Amino acid sequence: MGTLILNASSQTAAGPRVVMTETVKANNSGGMASANARAAGTTMAIEDVTLRYGDVNGVLALDDVSLKVAKNEFCVIVGPSGCGKSSLLYLAAGLNDATSGSIKVDGREVIEPGPDRGMVFQSYTLFPWLTVRANIEYGPKRKGLPAEQRRQIVDQYLNEVGLAPFADHYPAQLSGGMKQRVAIARALANDPAVLLMDEPFGALDSQTRGTMQKLLLRVWERQQKTVLFVTHDIDEALVLGDRVLVMTARPGKIKAEIKVDIPRPRSMDVILEPDFIALKRRILGLLHDEIDEDH
Amino acid sequence: MAQRRTAWTRLTTPFANIPAGTATTLALAMWVVVIGGWAFLSYGRVVPNMFLPTPGTVLETTYRMSLDGSLFYHTLTSAKVVILGFIVSSLIAVPLGLWMGTYRAVQAPLEPLVNFIRYLPVTSFVPLFILWIGIGIEQRIAVIFFGTFFQQLVMISDCARSVSRDLVNASYTLGTKRSEAVWHVIFPAALPSILDTLRVTMGWAWTYLVVAELVAASSGLGYISLKAMRGFQVDVIFMAIAAIGLLGLITDTAFRILRARVAPWAP
Repeated sequence: MGTLILNASSQTAAGPRVVMTETVKANNSGGMASANARAAGTTMAIEDVTLRYGDVNGVLALDDVSLKVAKNEFCVIVGPSGCGKSSLLYLAAGLNDATSGSIKVDGREVIEPGPDRGMVFQSYTLFPWLTVRANIEYGPKRKGLPAEQRRQIVDQYLNEVGLAPFADHYPAQLSGGMKQRVAIARALANDPAVLLMDEPFGALDSQTRGTMQKLLLRVWERQQKTVLFVTHDIDEALVLGDRVLVMTARPGKIKAEIKVDIPRPRSMDVILEPDFIALKRRILGLLHDEIDEDH
Repeated sequence: MAQRRTAWTRLTTPFANIPAGTATTLALAMWVVVIGGWAFLSYGRVVPNMFLPTPGTVLETTYRMSLDGSLFYHTLTSAKVVILGFIVSSLIAVPLGLWMGTYRAVQAPLEPLVNFIRYLPVTSFVPLFILWIGIGIEQRIAVIFFGTFFQQLVMISDCARSVSRDLVNASYTLGTKRSEAVWHVIFPAALPSILDTLRVTMGWAWTYLVVAELVAASSGLGYISLKAMRGFQVDVIFMAIAAIGLLGLITDTAFRILRARVAPWAP
């Protein structure tokens, strides 16, 4: 109970130590007992998922991927471009169908997209015809919440991402970083069981990216959300994550799992600390093996 | 010297902006050249007045026909034909085009048919329309409709199809149902380009006016042009052409204003 089942390939990974962590971090043991009914606090369970494009001879994008994300955990998948990490997120969102395997959120099988799995995309996906306020209000409105309650939710998340003064602006009037802040607020306004983030800061300059990471951590710590975050940036993965899953390319498999024991709240200076650098070296090693195998 | 060189550099740099004053001057200069050339050719008798009237005669005719109300009457008839044909066409083309661009199942049967029809010359259908619809205003409206509808359909379906997939995906993750996506996401996202399409096709609708009034019309700008041809009243033809151009310019401007009002977020 509570141990992560790793697939065969990651257990045989020779070099770096593969950590068999408990899925439930010892965050609040009180929740543990009541969570028994829900597979020990597991919010999202991806089991033996395979994704093949086209027919039987098509490209194998994901090969037997299994992972679990615990409630309120910040889980990061890091991997080279084209390893299928974004595809995995689209499957989790229900935007695409796996060739085989199952994905469950709070025990329910994912069969189509829904507001319980909020997603922040790498490309800017704010509705350009709606103001910032109306963009955040979109989900609660679809849910049919009354106007007063919607207003409260919107105000709360506008403040959370620090964009209250821009409530009546259109997305075209915002910078890239601001757009992604609204996108995060918009996804959170639905109070999703899990927040899926597909390289949300990938298109931003490095300074803005740092600011956004700090903001995301602050929001996550306050709101207590379950996050599955995909990136190719190792620093980003280690600054944000409780746990980092390293993915291999063609076919996409989870090669190793690394628990990030760096205490929170983390400052951005954490990247200079020896513990951080040691973890980074390990992930780099794993990814380099990957690149060497390609040649 | 440096001043002149920078101005020249600016004028000859690709995509560079030029001062508003310069732009207006250039636009006015163009009209001066066109009207000046016309005046030279007509007043100078380079071309006989029987074929090319002087600007003065055209203005005179315009003044005369404005006074007796006939210009207004014919303009109104033409505008009615074009605008009705355009509205009927747009009312069907916008929703159908949205569907066509959104659902492959609608596109698959319609596209081959539409692409066949839209290359047929409108004029070839005029005899059919007369047989089917008669010679009333409906026949003229049908010509305008036929000339614009199939073009609109293809263009609007392209507008819908070019909506970003991730925009639709994002809406799904926010609770939009599949059946709601057309109305809640694809339509508003495509709205600015749909309005641009309507503006462009409105221009095409005006160009079909004379074809529509070619046969069996008893009023309208195209009709008075044809009548004037028989009586060698070149000045009336010129006036009618200018009136059609002016009306086109007015509807074009109206659409630009409408777009700025309806879609203020779009660049």
